[in-house]
Amino acid sequence: MSMAISVSGLTKRFGERVVVNDLSLNVPAGQIMGFLGPNGSGKTTTLRMLCGLLTPDGGQGRCLGHDIRTEAAAIKRQVGYMTQKFSLYEDLSIQENLAFFARVHGLPKVGVLVRETLERLGLWSRRSQLAAHLSGGWKQRLALAACILHRPRLLLLDEPTAGVDPQARRDFWAELHRLAADGLTVLVSTHYMDEAERCHGIAYLAYGTLLTCGTVDQVVASSGLTTTRASGPPEALARLHQALHGLAGVEMVAPFGRALHVGSSDAQALGAALAPFRHTPDIVWSDDPPSLEDAFIHLMAGVTRTQGQGQGQGQAGAEHG
Amino acid sequence: MVDRWFSVRRWLALMLKEFIQMRRDRMTFSMMISVPLMQLALFGFAVNSDPKHLPTAIIDADHGPFSRAVISALEVSGYYRIEAPNVSEQEADRLLSAGSVQFIISFPPDFSRRVARGERPPLLVEADATDPAATSNALGSLSAIIAAALDRDLRGPLAVLKPADQPVSLTLHRRYNPEGVTQYNVVPGLIGVVLSSTMVIMTAMAVTRERERGTMEALLVTPIRPLEMMLGKITPYILIGLVQIAIILLAARLLFTIPLRGDLLLLMVCCLVFIGTNLAIGFIFSIMARTQLQAMQMASSFLMPSILLSGFMFPYRGMPGWAQGLGEVLPLTHFLRIVRGIVLKGNGLPDISHDLLALGVLWLGIALLSLRLYRKTLD
Ligand SMILES: Nc1ncnc2c1ncn2[C@@H]1O[C@H](COP(=O)(O)OP(=O)(O)OP(=O)(O)O)[C@@H](O)[C@H]1O
Ligand SMILES: [Mg+2]
Repeated sequence: MSMAISVSGLTKRFGERVVVNDLSLNVPAGQIMGFLGPNGSGKTTTLRMLCGLLTPDGGQGRCLGHDIRTEAAAIKRQVGYMTQKFSLYEDLSIQENLAFFARVHGLPKVGVLVRETLERLGLWSRRSQLAAHLSGGWKQRLALAACILHRPRLLLLDEPTAGVDPQARRDFWAELHRLAADGLTVLVSTHYMDEAERCHGIAYLAYGTLLTCGTVDQVVASSGLTTTRASGPPEALARLHQALHGLAGVEMVAPFGRALHVGSSDAQALGAALAPFRHTPDIVWSDDPPSLEDAFIHLMAGVTRTQGQGQGQGQAGAEHG
Repeated sequence: MVDRWFSVRRWLALMLKEFIQMRRDRMTFSMMISVPLMQLALFGFAVNSDPKHLPTAIIDADHGPFSRAVISALEVSGYYRIEAPNVSEQEADRLLSAGSVQFIISFPPDFSRRVARGERPPLLVEADATDPAATSNALGSLSAIIAAALDRDLRGPLAVLKPADQPVSLTLHRRYNPEGVTQYNVVPGLIGVVLSSTMVIMTAMAVTRERERGTMEALLVTPIRPLEMMLGKITPYILIGLVQIAIILLAARLLFTIPLRGDLLLLMVCCLVFIGTNLAIGFIFSIMARTQLQAMQMASSFLMPSILLSGFMFPYRGMPGWAQGLGEVLPLTHFLRIVRGIVLKGNGLPDISHDLLALGVLWLGIALLSLRLYRKTLD
């Protein structure tokens, strides 16, 4: 399968700080790749390097077959990049914004195209409203519409659904899958686990280092985490939480409504630690597989344990699990 | 693909966007129109000064001892510097019109003989009075200088010839601005100052605003080329500039009754070159500045010396050599000479050609520099 994005050793420094460290990433054409990682892990910086907005300090690679260092202009023509911060003109109307980006991309029949787009979004009746006066979610949807106007072959989306309601998010993901079926490649950063699970593959970044990359199942498996679920009434769960917190052999305790996720990378130690609690009244135990979120939190904790503040030289890969 | 280098569509798209934004920003728009009026009101009064060593051309048909005495006395006084010691009438006229000399002094053929006879021969002094402040002191001391020169030479046996009053009959022609009205000098100069400040400040903000609001990030991933960006940002302000010129010329005519002696078309062409130069400078500032505040500071640190050293505030010839040198590289200096020449003296293209050339060279250099400095990335 041909690769839409293929970069290796990508590094970016701001002053002394290494913000993206030796990142290698391959995204096959036609795939939707989720890009996850805690705040400040370097997702935005990576996306900017991929579309030629930032010059990498190290590493090389290709986007859509073009060298990211020397052929930025060619990449820009075929990439749709949606910025994390709203970057349309607040002092232009919705219609004027779309028309501007359509013209700048040299698209034919701007008027018709803009009208179609706005009608699809359901914004046609509000076309003369200033972009500044849109609600947060609508801004996101408008920005997304603006960056797919020119039918790019690769979409780089930086938290496109932040603040968007569930229905609109579902529509949005349906649209993404439709576009991907037509051969469009998508790299989308998000903090939502449900969105991550809708991707063909996910890449997880922490402190500028790519920790893991693969399908949801692969990522969960690579975390090496074993989890157990305890459900019961809130008071019993709260007592159990206190008892388990900091207990040797238990690495993770997280409350989820009427349940508690308890996990560890050492299945045997976990079993031993939990044995005394197995017969607590009111608590029902079930051996659920870890969720994606459990896996990520565990991966993150692993990095903090071994690398401190993320300035280490760790290689991208799953061996941190 | 021609689009690779320059696309008219992209340029028009950018321009249209700027126009819409300008229209929405009523405050800035009305400032751009009211600033010329405000400055017109403010600069109705000019600052005076005492310039020396003013270049002077001599038409000496006499070559006698007394004409030589007067010439050397003029030079000794410090006010006059003899630039062209002996030229024809036409040549002297050309020099005055081009602004190479400030004064022409003509001695009639038998000047020395008639002084010796006590006949009070005529002595014609023509001054370029476009800037009255520059000439007033030099002219004021003129008769005293001449009297002293001839007084010394009429000692000894010729002392009896010493006339009771002036030894010559002095005729003064204030050319271009016969009444010595200061507004004549200031108002055309205002075109330059107003254009310069609006153009530099507005463009300095233009790109910086995109960066500050975060729209630059979206703009940079579009196929827009640096030249399209520059022209798209600049063109709307050219039109604003033309409106400002019209306002000032109209005010000059109606409020201060200053005639436009030269060719309006030539004036407009020169204005366009000057506007272009200033826009390119503003564009450079807007590339270098991170925030609009920085852009603003850069713009004012450029405008201050422009206004002070260009000959707008103080007569150019009254400034020390180093300041004149600095003034020479400021676009406003050249533009002021051009605009005063065209409006007040009726100068044609030949008279202003070298200042126009200087402006053109500055423009080209600055525009090329700004395209080089333009960053296509965020780092
Ligand atoms: N222009 C810059 N100059 C200096 N530091 C920067 C710059 N841009 C980003 N950084 C730093 O680089 C780090 C990574 O930032 P980045 O925006 O890539 O994170 P992110 O993964 O997108 O985070 P978030 O999820 O919050 O959007 C941050 O610590 C940030 O402070
Ligand atoms: Mg980000």
